[in-house]
Amino acid sequence: MGLLDRLDDPYDIGDNIFLGTIEDVLNWGRSKSDWYMTFGLACCAIEFMAVNAAHYDFMRFGCIPRPSPRQTDFIIISGTVTLKMAERIKRLYEQMAEPKYVLSMGSCSNSGGPYWEDGYHVLKGVDRIIPVDVYIPGCPPRPEAFLDGMVKLQSKIKHQEIFRKRQNMSQADRDAIAQRQVELQKLREEYENWRKEHFDILQQE
Amino acid sequence: MSPNDIYQRLKVEFGDDILSLNEEPGFEPAIKVNPNNIVDIMLFLRDEEGLEFDYPSCLSGVDLGENLGVVYNLYSLKRKHRITIKVEVPKDAPNVPSCELVWRSFDWHEREAYDLLGVNFVGHHNLRRILLPFDWEGHPLRKDYVQPDYFHGMKVQY
Repeated sequence: MGLLDRLDDPYDIGDNIFLGTIEDVLNWGRSKSDWYMTFGLACCAIEFMAVNAAHYDFMRFGCIPRPSPRQTDFIIISGTVTLKMAERIKRLYEQMAEPKYVLSMGSCSNSGGPYWEDGYHVLKGVDRIIPVDVYIPGCPPRPEAFLDGMVKLQSKIKHQEIFRKRQNMSQADRDAIAQRQVELQKLREEYENWRKEHFDILQQE
Repeated sequence: MSPNDIYQRLKVEFGDDILSLNEEPGFEPAIKVNPNNIVDIMLFLRDEEGLEFDYPSCLSGVDLGENLGVVYNLYSLKRKHRITIKVEVPKDAPNVPSCELVWRSFDWHEREAYDLLGVNFVGHHNLRRILLPFDWEGHPLRKDYVQPDYFHGMKVQY
């Protein structure tokens, strides 16, 4: 008697057996345990704190705040992205481990919001610097809207490819990754030169 | 002490450096003064018996078209009275003596006015940008400011 035959037998352990691919099981686990970065930018962050609090109870989605980008699965861009902050956000995003996701919360980070015309200091949409998975509209969004966005992100993670991802990657994506690697290498060299210039002199003295 | 009394006290002490008093209803009563002597006037307002402005509420920069203005909002917690001091400087030489050492909280206020409007506070010990990135070009709250197209490779316009 095989495993499949026992599935429908109510007197056996059939009710406790589930069958699926490894990818399904991994994605199921990942989608129910998303850790996010403790990171807020503007008034959307206040609304997000309401999501965190007892009434909306964000932790029932398996979401735990983490203080380090190395430990987080997704980042919530909650508020106005100023040009000064945009560079920091990009750096934080690059420090996160793959697979990583971005939730853009509110009009400001979606498209610049009320600063779209005269905001000389505002980035008009965070998707100009990092890829966004889910956009949540609102100014700021209600906690219900945020939870809906979270459910959408979970369903996205649940239906994601893991194993064939590299093989199915388009040539444009490969080129973009190679390009970024070259840029990062250049940044590393610049930093090394800068460090030598400033700190090695101090040590000699 | 009423605004007019404060104005008369200043007028007796500083004479021509005190330009006018504006008591239009609906606005904060404001005294316009000559920027060259602003530090002495502020010290007088702070230390003189009966005036004793010990709480500098705010310092703002204003673009008035041809001129730049600086507005000092002062309050006295001891005497419970308030006054607004205004100065104007031309845009091509916006030099105002720094009142940083009169009230230390004007340190960052003056840096903000410098950052956004380009008022040059002469004598400030650390006059550099406070809000914008250090390599930003121009002073964005001026009326003739033109937005840049790109900043560090990021497009600024929508």
